[in-house]
Amino acid sequence: MTDMTASPAEAPRRNGSLLTADDRTRRRNAAERRFRVYGMIAVGLAVLALVFLLTSIIRNGAGAFMQTYITLEVALPEDKLDKSGTRDIEELKKATTFTYSPLIKDALEAKIAEEGIEIEGLSKEGDLISKEAAAQLRNFVLANPEVIGTTREFEFLASGRIDGYYKGRVTMATAELDGNISPEQLMLADALKEAGALETRFNWAFITAPDASENRPEASGLGVAILGSFYMMLIVLVLALPIGVAASIYLEEFAPKNRFTDLIEVNISNLAAVPSIVFGILGLAIFINFAGLPQSAPIVGGLVLTLMTLPTIIIATRASLKAVPPSIREAALGVGASKMQTVFHHVLPLAAPGILTGTIIGLAQALGETAPLLLIGMVAFVREYPAAPPEGFFDPASALPVQVYNWTTRSDPAFVERASGAIIVLLVFLLIMNTLAIILRRRFERRW
Amino acid sequence: MLNAKLTASALAIIAVSATAAAARDQVQVAGSSTVLPYASIVAEAFGENFDFPTPVVESGGSSAGLKRFCEGVGENTIDIANASRKIREREIAACADAGVTDIIEVRIGYDGIVFASQIDGPEFTAFTEEQWYKAMAEQVIVDGALVANPYTNWSEIDASLPDAEIQAFIPGTKHGTREVFEEKVILAGCEASGAMEAMTGMGMDEDAAEDACMSVRTDGRAVDIDGDYTETLARIDANTSGVGVFGLAFYENNMDKLKVATMSGVSPSTETISTGEYPVSRPLYFYIKGAHIGVIPGLKEFAQFFVMDEIAGPDGPLAEYGLVADPELAETQAKIEAEETMASGS
Repeated sequence: MTDMTASPAEAPRRNGSLLTADDRTRRRNAAERRFRVYGMIAVGLAVLALVFLLTSIIRNGAGAFMQTYITLEVALPEDKLDKSGTRDIEELKKATTFTYSPLIKDALEAKIAEEGIEIEGLSKEGDLISKEAAAQLRNFVLANPEVIGTTREFEFLASGRIDGYYKGRVTMATAELDGNISPEQLMLADALKEAGALETRFNWAFITAPDASENRPEASGLGVAILGSFYMMLIVLVLALPIGVAASIYLEEFAPKNRFTDLIEVNISNLAAVPSIVFGILGLAIFINFAGLPQSAPIVGGLVLTLMTLPTIIIATRASLKAVPPSIREAALGVGASKMQTVFHHVLPLAAPGILTGTIIGLAQALGETAPLLLIGMVAFVREYPAAPPEGFFDPASALPVQVYNWTTRSDPAFVERASGAIIVLLVFLLIMNTLAIILRRRFERRW
Repeated sequence: MLNAKLTASALAIIAVSATAAAARDQVQVAGSSTVLPYASIVAEAFGENFDFPTPVVESGGSSAGLKRFCEGVGENTIDIANASRKIREREIAACADAGVTDIIEVRIGYDGIVFASQIDGPEFTAFTEEQWYKAMAEQVIVDGALVANPYTNWSEIDASLPDAEIQAFIPGTKHGTREVFEEKVILAGCEASGAMEAMTGMGMDEDAAEDACMSVRTDGRAVDIDGDYTETLARIDANTSGVGVFGLAFYENNMDKLKVATMSGVSPSTETISTGEYPVSRPLYFYIKGAHIGVIPGLKEFAQFFVMDEIAGPDGPLAEYGLVADPELAETQAKIEAEETMASGS
């Protein structure tokens, strides 16, 4: 401003037609065009990074949703599974999975003989079938003791390497080098496929099954992790939403504006930026060591994530309360409503879409968090499903991002695929939540 | 208003159940990431074959696991700590201070440490401890004087090694593997090359000479990997001339990507490690909190199951994954049966 008044004489005078641009206009236009190009480059780079990330994840992870199965007729001889002959469940339990695995191997050999498959140099054909199969068989027999003594058809998971062969991860060349699989075994798998005993299809177990150990990547799934994440989100929602909304309403509508409330405001903004691992340390100290809550439990995870999400929710809620025009409040107060009635009958419903959006975004953030869970023992190998709530909140569970992390540290290459598959599931959940946030905002938003 | 009531009652339910949290019924394990795969294989089989729930197994490193183990006795502390090294005197003392006194030590078997490089990379097929010492040490002896490590290429150390830049990915200091690497490779190489003798000859006392031997160069040729072996593998994948330190089990699962080198002419395998021919191996342990036996259901059964011949023996699933079975497994089994603690045992 001062420049303009200080040197009016030096400013170039416009002395041409409005239709032909002078130098200065051309420069301004060029600057604008440059800025647009910069903007497009920035957006382009971001899109490129996203596309690269998504394609690499989907290329690696799509395989996790398909799984190879082998169908076999398994004989269940009484002399091995029930030596007492009483069908007493306690007696049956004495036959461990070590008793069951030879039965599966026999069944496979019988199948090979029946189909007339002959492959030179074939050994360890039992490795074609997942080690999970013995447990599957044992559980079935324990649940249905009457099947002992009969021959039944079962569908077993193929081992991770065989499964990888049909997904292109394992080839004849790599099998040559690999100590865990031989080209002969792959030829046998091909022969079984031709005979119709082996098929690759959609893998629901990836979503529902619990985690599995390193020896059987093919059996691992996200069941416990999804349940654990769901429980934690439930706790976060139930705790963070009411506390956050109540705190913001008080701060925004009732609290006097003084140094103390300013201090609180600064601290809330500050907390929103605190690294999440700090909340994990806090959770360990307060909830586990002091309050004596169990380790690895969703309740502790949920409480820690609540602390982490609260600032986000408070900031979003205060912003949407501020956005409600004062005229609404004045009108309500003017017709005799109390302050409380004004807030709950008029201001809060109008601010609700913003609050919900903030809450969902906060939840989505909490869903993807691993660092705070590391310290409270949730980064763990958990195979048991937690019980139904509320008891289930105290059972050990893992969480979706934790499962991704766990799988990336495993040595079997099949887990790389699993980890990417888990990332896809996590991204789908985040996408659903963020879409929900947008829909809610669009649907209920009021403009003044 | 209905919403407010619902939330209030939900809060009440959580508060009530928090106070009435049921007793823990599953075993909790934490510790070494090397033992983690074995522990999870056993936990899975245990859950399948027993009525007890599957134990929860956490990773985090030997030191971190033992630290948590020594936090005290009670349901919200862990029952078993996995370790890829023996518990230290200092840790036993820390345990005793927190009231953890009856510790049962269980050796589950041995783990080999192998040196591997990219399968299509330079011909790193045979190493000796001496070569590794010369490649990794902070200071080496050249012409009778201690100087900063001058070697930048493997072929400068030994003409038999390929002409490739020295770039090694070694376990970070938080790993138990690092200790074994330093003691069994670097220190052994230091002694074999005569550098140790030269240093003591220069007037250093033995401890100082050992420390000097084991200090690893920090000029970027030796890269500490604090993550897991998957991280080392990723670094090797991106670096043709890189050599990495891996566990035998990890190598056996990734034989199509890695090429293993012999150490002093012995190639690593479960056989050469169990006979002691392959020099770089270490025992793996887990430690049981004696005070929790009988309190946490399934704890003793889990420990017994872990060292059963069908599990930890030479034909069991652990050996299949890469564990070198302990020839003295029977003694370990008897030790758990008798609940023999460390104090009474030694």
